[in-house]
Amino acid sequence: MTEVTESLGWWGLPIAILAGAIRASTPFLLVSLGECITEKSGRINLGLEGVLMMGAMAGYGASLYTGSAWLGVLAAGVVGAALGLLHGILCSLKRVNDIAIGISFMLLGTGLAFFLGKSLIQPQAPTLSSIPFGFWSDSPQIQSALQINPLFLLGIVLAVLLHFAFLRTRWGLRIRIVGDSEDAARAMGFRVVPTRIMATVFGGFLAGVGGSFLSLYYPGSWSEGLSSGQGIMAVALVIFARWEPLRCLWASLLFGAAGALGPAFQAMGLTSGFYLLNALPYVLTLVILILTTAPNRKISGAPGELSLVRQ
Amino acid sequence: MNSSKEILGKSHGLDLEIIGLSKRFGDVIALDNVSLRIPSGGFHALLGENGAGKSTLVKCLVGFYTPDAGDVLADHREVKIPSPREASQLGIGMVYQSFTLVPGMTVAENLVMSKGSLPALINWRKEREQLVAFIETLPFKIPLDKFAGTLAAGEKQKVEIIKQLYLQRRFLILDEPTSVLTPDEADEVLGFVKNLATAKALTVLIITHKFREVTAYADDVTVLRRGKFAGCGSVANLNVDQMAEMMVGSPLAHQPIARSIVPMNLELRPYLVVEHLHARGDLDQPVLNGIDLAVRPGEILGIAGVSGNGQKELVEVLLGQRKKSSGQIFVEGEPYSGTRAEISQHKVIMLPEEPLRNACVASLSVAENMALRNYDRPPLAKFGFLLNRRALNQQAQRYVETFGVKTDGINAKMQTLSGGNVQRAVLARELSHPVNLLIVANPVFGLDFNAVAETHARLLAARASSTAILLVSEDLDELLELADRIVVMSEGKLVYEIPADQADIRVLGHYMAGGHLEERAVT
Repeated sequence: MTEVTESLGWWGLPIAILAGAIRASTPFLLVSLGECITEKSGRINLGLEGVLMMGAMAGYGASLYTGSAWLGVLAAGVVGAALGLLHGILCSLKRVNDIAIGISFMLLGTGLAFFLGKSLIQPQAPTLSSIPFGFWSDSPQIQSALQINPLFLLGIVLAVLLHFAFLRTRWGLRIRIVGDSEDAARAMGFRVVPTRIMATVFGGFLAGVGGSFLSLYYPGSWSEGLSSGQGIMAVALVIFARWEPLRCLWASLLFGAAGALGPAFQAMGLTSGFYLLNALPYVLTLVILILTTAPNRKISGAPGELSLVRQ
Repeated sequence: MNSSKEILGKSHGLDLEIIGLSKRFGDVIALDNVSLRIPSGGFHALLGENGAGKSTLVKCLVGFYTPDAGDVLADHREVKIPSPREASQLGIGMVYQSFTLVPGMTVAENLVMSKGSLPALINWRKEREQLVAFIETLPFKIPLDKFAGTLAAGEKQKVEIIKQLYLQRRFLILDEPTSVLTPDEADEVLGFVKNLATAKALTVLIITHKFREVTAYADDVTVLRRGKFAGCGSVANLNVDQMAEMMVGSPLAHQPIARSIVPMNLELRPYLVVEHLHARGDLDQPVLNGIDLAVRPGEILGIAGVSGNGQKELVEVLLGQRKKSSGQIFVEGEPYSGTRAEISQHKVIMLPEEPLRNACVASLSVAENMALRNYDRPPLAKFGFLLNRRALNQQAQRYVETFGVKTDGINAKMQTLSGGNVQRAVLARELSHPVNLLIVANPVFGLDFNAVAETHARLLAARASSTAILLVSEDLDELLELADRIVVMSEGKLVYEIPADQADIRVLGHYMAGGHLEERAVT
């Protein structure tokens, strides 16, 4: 990134931020799309931070032992789906609160990933390779900035598909009905609990895949400080995106760009103050939560059965 | 009505017969051997007070409840309806009082999703064409692209009915469908349904409190009273007074209640005075249209009326829960608006209906619930903030003994008590201190016989100690037993007043059913 800024001058900054935004937004995008599905069905899974870590660990481990990064991605998704299934089933029990279960999953997943991943810190597993979209340019700087990771593209496709699915497919509408009004769902003959469990499983799968991005693409190794709260920020992001998959995409890019500001300024040669910029995503999360949760009104677009917003 | 026939295709009204239907919940007999028959294309009204068993009857028809005894015949064949699925296969649909629309989806999505079988991928263009073609055959328009959550109540109710028609129902149950509609909207909706019935495209069973709708739309009427069949007939052969009499009970059934009415001191200054009170309802419609009343110390003023005529709103205004639009309220001659300071200064106490929900914290203990009024005052509070547990428990123990509350100890949670004992606990809390004005709304709703008798005795005891009591009740028997004067409330006005010992239940029923309107038309 340093070369980029050197040869392109101040123009390097937006390009560096764009490249950083795409890279940093990928886990946000995948986790938030998954959480979007779960929340649309009327449940909130706060445990996605733990799922993200488990996915990162499992993906890295699977890639290491099979030699295929893509099998790693799949393994991460499967582990995430299993955790989602467990969360979904536990929350279906009577008098179990999804928020409390979510927090315990967050701690459980993180702890379990640290424990099982101890032996994965040293070895180097095969990682995902990127797709060079900068081939049209002679500038090596632009070429390096446009090295797009395949999971980001997958996320874009998913966002569009989900947007479409919520509007036009039986499954999408079923999830929305179950999430918006249990009474209406029962009156229409939909089974509420299985629908929610399925939605949580899907959410877990995507969060697991999001975790594999961290260990298999960027930073591309397994360590305990890998996530630094990205899973939990993605939950806030879904609220900011008003439970719309396409807005999840824009919001992820915004969060990603906020996260890329610090490193970009650092690359520009800014020596002091960029630590403060590193905190920007967290400040953004706080501001968004405050702005969107006024006590006297309900958030528009919120699924009616969501415990987070229910009166 | 050719168009309506078209939209409903080949379907036609179901011929439905109910024979000897009974249903009990524990010790309570909700429905006792009720029979009725509605021919294809009939428009049948089901009348009755709250708790008369109307909802139980229709819930048996849509498969929510399984009757303990009795048969249902659809098109002369015996049918079993164990779940809503079977009801829907028979073409029986119901429009509920509360809405079953998904608020976060558009009207079009709601309608399309209510169809049972859908392809995995929904072809919106095709579905929309069908919908638009269907809507065009209706006499009223609905906005297809609005979110259901943003619709006004009247519009929602129309969508609910349209949904049933879209599903090609043959038998439609309407549960107080017009309670949230303006009279014009009600006529539009009911007129439309009536035309479908006349064309034999639909058979209709309507639950309503409004006699006007019965006389204007129904062919036949069945009246339930306390779970039992109380009368039926063709609307053409019945007048409103006869229907009201069936609903509130035959005058012959009433034994004169022996009670000693201490002559009231008419010289006493009224404790509560309400002058020209106007207020608006939840939908900004006028609900109180100039209420004037006065309650003296040592008097029980009973307010009778069919529910939904402004009683609930009157109580809310008196308690400061609803804003009045004009008029005045005086307590002890001073303007009163229901602030906490005024409540304690004038010693105003409210006994609401459903005490567990409206007067208690279900998850707190009996002792804590009994201290809700005074936990922040001495002797229960030290230095104004520290709770004195011992004093609190002593108070609870005293209340439990004097009011005979049956509980597993004063530390049991309130929700573990039976309905009658919850009421006793509330009475203990509210009536152990001097009370000057007591506002009571349907105090015995859902209570067992003993708790009813005890509540009534407590109210009479309070009256004897010069408390002014305003008693709002839908139960005429209760009013006749307790009140000194009875006023009838209809459409937000007090239309009739009579001392209780001279009251004739037939006349009361006449005014409850909107009798003052006829007189106005005559004069």
